[in-house]
Amino acid sequence: MSEPIFDLTYVWAAIIAFGVIMYVLMDGFDLGQGILFMFAPSEHDRDIMMNSVAPVWDGNETWLVLGGAGLLAAFPLVYSIFLPALYIGVFLLLAGLIFRGVAFEFRFKAHTSRYLWNWAFAIGSTVAAFAQGAVVGAYIQGFETENMRYVGGALDWLSPFTVLTGLGLVAGYALLGATWLVMKSEGSTQQWAYRLVKPLLAAVLLIFAIISIWTPFVDPFVSERWFSHITPIWLLPILALACAFWLYRSIQAKREGTPFIATMGMFIFTYLGLLASKWPYVVPPNYTLSQAASAHESQLFLLLGLLFVIPIVLVYTAWTYWVFRGKVKADQGYH
Amino acid sequence: MDLDPLVLSRIQFAFVVSFHAIFPVFTIGLASYIALIYGLAFKTNNPKWERLGAFWTQVFAVVFGMGVVSGIVMSFQFGTNWSNFALATSNFLGPILSYEVVTAFFLEAAFLGVLLFGRGKVPNGVHFFAALMVSIGTFISSFWILSANSWMQTPAGVEMRDGFYHVIDWSAAIFNDSFWYRFSHMALASFLTGGFVVAGVSAWFIIEKRDTELHRKALSMTLWLLLIIAPLQIFVGDMHGLNTLKHQPTKVAAMEANWETQKNVPLLLFAIPDQEAQKNHFEVGIPSMASLILTHEWDGEVPGIKEMPRDQQPNVPVVFWSFRIMVAMGVLMVLFAITGLILRKNKAYARNRWFLQGLRLMSLAPFVAVLSGWFVTEVGRAPYLVYGQMTQAEALTPSLTGGMALFTLIGYIAVYACVFAAGAYYLTRVIRAGTEAAEQHDDEKHRAKRPLSAAEADFD
Repeated sequence: MSEPIFDLTYVWAAIIAFGVIMYVLMDGFDLGQGILFMFAPSEHDRDIMMNSVAPVWDGNETWLVLGGAGLLAAFPLVYSIFLPALYIGVFLLLAGLIFRGVAFEFRFKAHTSRYLWNWAFAIGSTVAAFAQGAVVGAYIQGFETENMRYVGGALDWLSPFTVLTGLGLVAGYALLGATWLVMKSEGSTQQWAYRLVKPLLAAVLLIFAIISIWTPFVDPFVSERWFSHITPIWLLPILALACAFWLYRSIQAKREGTPFIATMGMFIFTYLGLLASKWPYVVPPNYTLSQAASAHESQLFLLLGLLFVIPIVLVYTAWTYWVFRGKVKADQGYH
Repeated sequence: MDLDPLVLSRIQFAFVVSFHAIFPVFTIGLASYIALIYGLAFKTNNPKWERLGAFWTQVFAVVFGMGVVSGIVMSFQFGTNWSNFALATSNFLGPILSYEVVTAFFLEAAFLGVLLFGRGKVPNGVHFFAALMVSIGTFISSFWILSANSWMQTPAGVEMRDGFYHVIDWSAAIFNDSFWYRFSHMALASFLTGGFVVAGVSAWFIIEKRDTELHRKALSMTLWLLLIIAPLQIFVGDMHGLNTLKHQPTKVAAMEANWETQKNVPLLLFAIPDQEAQKNHFEVGIPSMASLILTHEWDGEVPGIKEMPRDQQPNVPVVFWSFRIMVAMGVLMVLFAITGLILRKNKAYARNRWFLQGLRLMSLAPFVAVLSGWFVTEVGRAPYLVYGQMTQAEALTPSLTGGMALFTLIGYIAVYACVFAAGAYYLTRVIRAGTEAAEQHDDEKHRAKRPLSAAEADFD
């Protein structure tokens, strides 16, 4: 077989990495509404919370499906090892997403059964967020494989370490959700959201400090990468911390938009730090990006379609956010 | 008792895919119908078509939403339960299934919003165009899915290297030998499903004496369509069967419960196939008829199930009876379409209570036919997942245990039971609210660009 002129594997790695962070940031803040939902002081606040994300949430979740399908096409080994390894977790994730999705649709149309949809939304969102965090933890832990097959147990993905990463992401999404709400609401709802930010920030920093100390012990490869010599990737955690400080200051100053942007910054730099820890391993500890990639002609065949569609999806997404910009008020909405 | 992960995974896949299939098969047909109605609205400028279109668009929105929710689960099944299959076929199925997702998003991003929320905000022509594009989009979506499925039935255009299929000819792989038969059979099935549901609901409105004139027109139009499509489906189904005979003779043998390769094979109307004894009990059949249908000769030779060893045979009773249920539904659909023609005189079709009540029941028939048809083709290719090349046992996730599979099987059944009970309940409320409600248009409800917010009815 002749070698392709240009290796698309890294193009695909970039597309999928972009899809994942788009998903995390965008579905993150609307999952965050669900995580905080039952803690809201009143039904009025819950209306505001849901209205603030209702126009955009399903667009946000398209990135997950796009990522899943793209993974099968571009890095089939990731798809065929992660999903068996995370079998139970994937079920919980899907069940959570289904329940919260349906709750979105029916809560606005329900009256006497509304409290049921409230709980479905809250529990579904929290379970989905936790499962996603546990997936990240399982990725850091690595997978037991033989001959390109997963050979570990059903609950390897559920360890003290992955429980912590699960909780970390729940706290992180809650923080994204709270800062989003600061930006999108006003009056008593906004005051409540302001009060949430500092404790959530403290929780996130604490959990991420423990994860950062723990990770090098879980995986010697990560330890080698970070601590064997001085490297530019040290900038990433420094920038993440700078964003945390920026968030703190902006909350002190009662800014409205800045806290959300600062929180996104924390997520982006932490995410880049995670990628830098594992590069180029995509199914740690055994398989790299190139080993997990599909055939060149398959990558090319799909890329042609995606190059056409991704810009359209991005424009449409931007347009939707533009249309629904500004504060959400209780009387505009659907109830 | 040992839990077999293979059996449980097959049950789970059958469950989630059957549940999923009923939504798209309906929305694909309904999307075309909505495009037709908005086309009429655009051409005639008659507000009654607008009203009818708005009503069916609401129904479409709810069912489309259900289809999307259940579809998300599907895209993970290959990895969770059939990872060896996913890995081996990824070079072909990965891009094909991704194109389906991409098509669906493109459709949603560009045109669904305009169809659902654009009425009165964009010119009628643009609205009609959006409806048309949505209906074309649903067909493109099913094009990819059926290409993937057909490739698994009649693999082509690939070669096996180191345990991976590599595509050497995309066009041969996508347009494989059974693709066009399967695609046309499914496309017509979607039209029949949309048509019979519209007919059944219209009949109900006529019985209830609500907006009668409009629904009589809708029913009349639908009956004309069904009169063409229902017989056409039998013809296409026959061609699909002959194609199957060529590529998967054992499946056809199981459909006819024909154990021995022989001439003058009867068409069995009733039998109890006994897989253990490798023969039938209580056969009632029309002599030589199966030979005639399958070979177009009275004494044509039809291959038997016993050509395959016992452990490579599909489950004959399931295939045999699923096929009979599908054909029975097909014949019923043709009969109702013809009855509709007979009752044309003096518009008796809109007054005959027996006919109207029958149509109500018949709105379920296409769903039964579609599901049993899929059971025929999917159970009938056992034990293979990629026909002749990869068995279901080889395709299974190696690390999967019976306990894990049982956990998620129960889990999916529980989740679907909750979610779709709510969905079906809500759908009946949307239908009950009727065309009268579709006319009122509460703009505030439509801020969300999501399928269900296009519906007006309250949940409780």
